[in-house]
Amino acid sequence: MSTTAYDPTTRRVPPLGGFNLTLLRIELLRMLRNRRTVMFTLVLPAALALSFGNQKGADQTIGSGNLAAYLLVSMALYGAALTAAATGSMVAMERALGWSRQLRLTPLHPIAYILTKALVALSMGALAIASVNVVGLLMGKASMPAHIWVASALLALVCTMTFAALGVFVGYIVPGENAMQILGPGLALLSFLGGLFVPLSQFADVVRHIAWWTPMYGVAEIVRAPLTHELPWYAVVNAIAWLALFVAGAAWRMSKDTARV
Amino acid sequence: MLTAVINAPAIQLSGVRKEFGSVVAVDGIDLTVQRGEVVAFLGPNGAGKTSTIDMVLGLSRPTAGTVEVLGLEPRAAIARGLVSAVMQTGGLLKDLTVRETVAYTASLFPGAAPVDEVLDRAGIAGIGDRKVGKCSGGEQQRLRFAMALLPDPALLLLDEPTTGMDVEGRRSFWAAIRQDAGRGRTVLFATHYLEEADQYADRIVLVSHGRVVADGSGSEIKALSSGRTVRATVGDAAAVGRQLQAMAGVDRVEVRGDTVIAHAKESDAVARHLLTSTDARDLEITAKGIEEAFLSLTGDHDPSRTGDATDAADRQEALQ
Repeated sequence: MSTTAYDPTTRRVPPLGGFNLTLLRIELLRMLRNRRTVMFTLVLPAALALSFGNQKGADQTIGSGNLAAYLLVSMALYGAALTAAATGSMVAMERALGWSRQLRLTPLHPIAYILTKALVALSMGALAIASVNVVGLLMGKASMPAHIWVASALLALVCTMTFAALGVFVGYIVPGENAMQILGPGLALLSFLGGLFVPLSQFADVVRHIAWWTPMYGVAEIVRAPLTHELPWYAVVNAIAWLALFVAGAAWRMSKDTARV
Repeated sequence: MLTAVINAPAIQLSGVRKEFGSVVAVDGIDLTVQRGEVVAFLGPNGAGKTSTIDMVLGLSRPTAGTVEVLGLEPRAAIARGLVSAVMQTGGLLKDLTVRETVAYTASLFPGAAPVDEVLDRAGIAGIGDRKVGKCSGGEQQRLRFAMALLPDPALLLLDEPTTGMDVEGRRSFWAAIRQDAGRGRTVLFATHYLEEADQYADRIVLVSHGRVVADGSGSEIKALSSGRTVRATVGDAAAVGRQLQAMAGVDRVEVRGDTVIAHAKESDAVARHLLTSTDARDLEITAKGIEEAFLSLTGDHDPSRTGDATDAADRQEALQ
């Protein structure tokens, strides 16, 4: 019997906990191949931007831009949020399929896995934001200084993390591939309440008071702040509170699940 | 330290316990598996097989006791690609192609063989571009094996490996496994095919109620279940039956027409008596099948345990 073929001392542990570009490439490809994801995240927000941007009064001034710019920034956030939620919900789906367990039998560190997923969510979010902004540019209705386009796009990207956490959370509660069927319409409702489709000032007082408490309101105010120069303190509290809540919820469901990976 | 790792056994379990709340899934297992052994892990559902394998794989931690794999902590052994496992179901992403799945896994192991070579060796090069979800059960199982063999593991754990394979598939599967074991790879497989354990394992570890109840070669396990069956045709079966019944080491005697059947620990003594003191002919001595050995060893003979605990453990395993 020869054991020299299996000398444990000659084996290496992969660098960076197993994180590598092949992994990232395949994960990105998966997202881009999924027709439903592409519909929800790239086509729908761009189409909405197209239709909302053409409404009457689109050139009405808001902050340092116009209403079209305001809606454009909102649509970019909406698209990025949907993308991030879809990516997040896949984490739970992969656990249900036993893929996470399979990965636990490789050197891939759980943090490297979450990091890969976060990078995929950010890349897809960036793509969603870019597609909305390209549509906005081509339409030529939106007007705001270039640095505000960039600033609000970057803020939208950061804010997608809230919805990535929401996606993980919902993915655990709604097993299988149905999470997106809840997240899709759910996020549309939250986006409406958060003033992404129609400015909050158009709402009745009651609806507006409810809206202040919903998860999209805070991040929407933050993303539009460079344009509107307004950022109420309770919007910041709202954004931080919902991020904390969703991260806690996702972590809670994940830890419940580790009895058996 | 270095020599300790080089010469360490493939698996070393010392006083391992695993509790899920009030349910004891593994109740103090001590087990050493040497390198290059092919060991069958045999036991009824809820016996603690899966819980034990999970601890060897570092997927869960023992409540008490220690688990070492090749002289390392299980997670450290996994991180070095020393341990692989093939599960019966799941563990694949349907929307990846076969090639992508292998490339994904290979990217995690430094020094893994080129993807095309791996596909070729596993006989799935022809379906490299097919989505995993469109592959048959057998193709998916071959893919799981290709993934498990990617790091050239020193220890391979298999859960019911040949479920769904036909006789020929099973034979060639085991030929390949035995060949790798010859090079020093250790294989531990859980199985319900008792014949398979007897036929292909060097050693059978029988677990029941979270404990090792028997550990040895197939024939040792069979011998443990006490005794053989002696059958012969005699002139006066009833009288011979009474004689045998009176002998020491005879458990039970049946008389069927002119045939007498004795179940005995001392089968040689029974045979000698029949051939020298009676007119017995057509004498046969048969060992109990491993199936019978399995049942008699794992049966609920231990009165200190209640059925409730077993049921709870079964449910636990079913839930997982």
